[in-house]
Amino acid sequence: MPFRETFWNIPHWAEIGQYVLGLLTILVFAYGVFRRVKRWRMGKPEKRLDRIGERLWSVLVDAFGQVRTAQDAYAGIMHLTIFWGMVALFIGTALATVDWDVTHLFFGFQFLINGAYILYELILDIFGVLLLIGLGMAVYRRYFIRPSRLQSATAWQKALTQNFDRDDAYALVMLTLITLSGYFVEGLRIAVSKPEWAPWSPVGNALASWFIATGDPTNRTLHLTLWTIHILVAFVLIASIPFTKLFHILAAPLNIFFCTIQPAGTLIAARNDDQIGVKEWRDFSWKQLLDFEACVRCGRCQDNCPAFASGASLSPRNLIISLKTHLWDTSSGHKLHGDVISSKELWACTSCRACVQVCPVYVDHLASIIDMRRYLVNEGEVDALLQKTLANLGRYGNSFGQSERMRAKWTQPIQPVIKDARKEAVEYLWFVGDYASYHVMFSDITRKTAQVFQKADLNFGILYDAERNTGNDVRRVGEEGLFESLVEKNTAAMDKCKYNAIITTDPHSYNTLKNEYSANGNHRLVFHYTELLDQLIASGKLQFNRKLDYRVTYHDPCYLGRYNGIYDAPRRVIRALGCDLIEMPRHGDRAFCCGAGGGKIWMEEQPDVKERPAESRVREAAGMSGVSTLVTTCPKDLVMFRDAVKTAGLEEKILVKDLIELVHEAL
Amino acid sequence: MNIVALFKLVPDLVEELEIDQNGTALNTDFLRLIINEFDDHAIEQAILLKERSGARVSVLGPDIEGADDVLYTAASKGADQVIKLTGDFQGKANNHAMARAVASTLKELQADLILTGVQANTDLDGSMGALLAEYLDMPYVGYVSGVNTVDGKVVARKEYPGGLVAEMEIKLPAVLGIQAAEQPPRYVAVSKVRQAMKTATIEERPLAEADLSGGSTIHRMFKPEAGTRAEMIEGSADEVAARLVGIFKEIGVL
Amino acid sequence: MNQDIYVVIEHLRGQVADISYLMLVGARALAQTTGGEVIAVLLGHDAQGLANNMAANKVLYVDHPALAEFTSDAYQKTLAGLIREREPRAVLFASSSIGADVSGVLSARLNLPLISSCQSFSADGRPISQICGGKIMAESDLPDTTTLLTMIPGGYKPEEGQSGKAPEIIKMEAPSLDNLRVTLKQYIEPEAGDVDISKEPIIISVGRGIQNQDNIEIAEELAKALGGVVAASRPVVDQGWMSTSRLVGKSGKKVKPKIYLALGISGAPEHVEGMGESEVIIAINTDTNAPIFNVAKYGTTIDLFDLVPALTEKLREIKKA
Repeated sequence: MPFRETFWNIPHWAEIGQYVLGLLTILVFAYGVFRRVKRWRMGKPEKRLDRIGERLWSVLVDAFGQVRTAQDAYAGIMHLTIFWGMVALFIGTALATVDWDVTHLFFGFQFLINGAYILYELILDIFGVLLLIGLGMAVYRRYFIRPSRLQSATAWQKALTQNFDRDDAYALVMLTLITLSGYFVEGLRIAVSKPEWAPWSPVGNALASWFIATGDPTNRTLHLTLWTIHILVAFVLIASIPFTKLFHILAAPLNIFFCTIQPAGTLIAARNDDQIGVKEWRDFSWKQLLDFEACVRCGRCQDNCPAFASGASLSPRNLIISLKTHLWDTSSGHKLHGDVISSKELWACTSCRACVQVCPVYVDHLASIIDMRRYLVNEGEVDALLQKTLANLGRYGNSFGQSERMRAKWTQPIQPVIKDARKEAVEYLWFVGDYASYHVMFSDITRKTAQVFQKADLNFGILYDAERNTGNDVRRVGEEGLFESLVEKNTAAMDKCKYNAIITTDPHSYNTLKNEYSANGNHRLVFHYTELLDQLIASGKLQFNRKLDYRVTYHDPCYLGRYNGIYDAPRRVIRALGCDLIEMPRHGDRAFCCGAGGGKIWMEEQPDVKERPAESRVREAAGMSGVSTLVTTCPKDLVMFRDAVKTAGLEEKILVKDLIELVHEAL
Repeated sequence: MNIVALFKLVPDLVEELEIDQNGTALNTDFLRLIINEFDDHAIEQAILLKERSGARVSVLGPDIEGADDVLYTAASKGADQVIKLTGDFQGKANNHAMARAVASTLKELQADLILTGVQANTDLDGSMGALLAEYLDMPYVGYVSGVNTVDGKVVARKEYPGGLVAEMEIKLPAVLGIQAAEQPPRYVAVSKVRQAMKTATIEERPLAEADLSGGSTIHRMFKPEAGTRAEMIEGSADEVAARLVGIFKEIGVL
Repeated sequence: MNQDIYVVIEHLRGQVADISYLMLVGARALAQTTGGEVIAVLLGHDAQGLANNMAANKVLYVDHPALAEFTSDAYQKTLAGLIREREPRAVLFASSSIGADVSGVLSARLNLPLISSCQSFSADGRPISQICGGKIMAESDLPDTTTLLTMIPGGYKPEEGQSGKAPEIIKMEAPSLDNLRVTLKQYIEPEAGDVDISKEPIIISVGRGIQNQDNIEIAEELAKALGGVVAASRPVVDQGWMSTSRLVGKSGKKVKPKIYLALGISGAPEHVEGMGESEVIIAINTDTNAPIFNVAKYGTTIDLFDLVPALTEKLREIKKA
């Protein structure tokens, strides 16, 4: 009958010793976890226990299934094999222990016998091999490929309290040791006891063939020695989890469970304490502290960050690492602002959300960046241009510093006159937005938008001079108070109107109107014009006379795509026009930000910027073969890209157009 | 030391200005008022002095729409006392009248140093600071872009054309007309202003009856003639650039 | 009260300011309506020679060591006595760092009316002031008593205030100038080593519309292509984006180049004071109503960020050819 004597060749003292050691390990482990949790609880309170079902589902998908991790193929396979290899071997060891020291000892029966046992041995051997493959891939990647995103970017970070390189190596060495020693223990046992079912442990059996010649008692001594090493390494590894990067085994699922579950476009409001924004680490919420602790330094955020790519001083990875280190750095007297995080880093962020989107452990970099910005704004530490813009927004309700009476000036030549939604009921309230209303580039485009709406027989109106900037980017700059006052003014104006839904051409306005403006606690019904055009085309209300045979590429605006998941509607409209749509390498949720968001368009350019994000993006578009036009659906994109086309000298190669211009042309 | 910063509200030039039916004053229907830019610098300079060498800062201005906002902003910057002067300002109070009326309030406040903007865009009868100084029998220095206090005196940087600066020593109490604070006025977050609305109290002090003598009587008001307007060049950037090159050639600089 | 128009001459470190001559011209216009004479008032120490080319009927000269350099207290005391004693029809001061310090105080001390920011006088002798950043003109009645006025440039030409004939100079007694409350400690010279923009024939000047420090580079490139230098208006210098030595305007340098290209400058009177006499002013500003278009010869409302690079490119091509 195939079975295994679990403590074969293990003297009784060692078996007892193992349990004593195990108990000790659990104590050390528990202390380590307690220490971490205690630190998180020093942060500000925050409620994160709603919608448990969805939270558990996320844990299932991304902690156990590791779907996000797998989006990067190499790293994904590597991590999945290590993770599932370790899980399987851990379960296997636990089963063997239960089988021998619980059911066998107390109840006199074993379940790891016969077929079950053979299957057990085979599965464990296979998972062991997978684990070794994963570890090999990790070693190769870390020490031979050396991707830039894994390197500790700055000297000062290396000088900080933790030595990340040692931490990384430790995990790899220990995991390799545990696996190899396990195989050798198995091999030596087979070499001595020569069970007839040995072939079902293919790796152990192969190793046994090396030792058969050695014979007893050397093999027994070797076996005991390696078993002791295996046990010691295993216990040290478990005990060290809360003290090393392996802590992510716990912190990652926890962080995923407690993740922000509201829509991506709904920013968590500034905490209403005495301290506005985050001045020192204890001003972060416990969840934000958990964010920092869950980070595994994988650097995917850095790879996708437009600020980092442009050469600005921000790396979201370094930012989180710095915060994590600072959290435990109690003796140096470092200040969060200035010593740990520079204002330059914070102002470099475009709020494009690429970092948050790719983080396999659901770190919300943005929430923390904006909380720290809130502090800077409250201290008045904003650059001159931003200060001027915020003052304009406060005074005139638009970033251009123009009179609100000029807001609807663009409507003047339009016949029939656009309805004033404050005076008559309309179906659609068109929230025009600052750029479309005031920017010289848009007077023509905004009129075309109106003409398209009129062509489609849309019953729409605008707020005329009662409209204000929606405050989407004001909020992301960290000026929560100004955001609130803009919301109050817009809400007061909108609540006086009778309408069914809001339409806007500006993804930024769209985002905040949809996700952050509530109407009596309910979300407002808001459409981006691309959604509306898509519907109108589908229902036949909008028909084109001309077929445009352009070859175009499409840029997903951050606040339309990543924030609100609208990828398909604009593409359907483009195709309906007859255009040949070619995708850029960075598209959909990996679209590369134009660099304007989060208030960046209102700030002075940082001197360390080498290639502006918008230039990188137009070069990408111009590099697509045969593509003549870069289509956008965001006013800020249009301004940024048209400018970038000039500065990059690509005027001959590519045109930048708003989708509405093409639609107008096709009518 | 008691520092008082004085402000007034002036028409915001972002708005199109209109002249009323009588043709002697601005049409106030469409007027948006904004703090006089130089007064904003005066408040900032007062706060900078307080931060540097300690002082009690009071900020005061007339009770007109927009004044509360200025006062709460000043309070959140660090002003210790914010005061609005109540009275009838709709009857075009000129600087002479205002200066006379404010003088008594300033005496009550026992001001050692009074800072106010060197000028305002509506000044038609001189600047507030100079008039006030004389009514209070204090020395006056205007066009100041930096102030230091040294026992009983202030040293002010007075600006002259061409970038020349004179360091003037002035006995206290004194009035200074501020051209620019040592650093541009800081940004005050809206939430801070809102906080100040809860914690700070605006004192109200009545102003004496306005005595308008010394000011000017406007005969007529008008917009500058369009006849002197520039020849406007229209077209695309390229076309305009080409025309400019032509002009450069005509003038002979190319 | 007599019908004479007095002009308080403004001078600094041995140099008579242009505005003084301009005021003499304005005073002449006003005197023609009142029927009086134009009388220059010069305060100084060993400064009598400054009066030699003034187009005035007479010069009243007060000499005192305390008047060697301007201090508000000493000027106020001296002029208060003089005006009280002689009761002219009007006294003109420059609307400047010197004139504004004195005129307001004297108005309050002598209880005389004050009208500020006069640019010119109407045919019937009413002062016309420029207010609201140059967007509004206000014509005031001239009160029936000695009236103090401050003047801004723009209405008259300073050259016409000079004359080849030396006027009669009358020396006046200075009052006691002890116990002054304001004293000059020292002058601080403007930063040296930079170009002197007042001597440059081609100036590209940037204002608030340039938005940030980095954008100044496009102006610099244009200047390079055109062979000029970059200057700035007050907001740009206040932000620390350019040094004070490049400041054009009331508190900065006065420039009279062949070409003055104003980029994103609104044209507030304080700025116009420094560049209004340029031979050809070209203004680029997206605000159609900007007052700069009232002094410019040519103007365009194209976005400077579109126009300037295009212009630079064109100039470079011409240079290459």
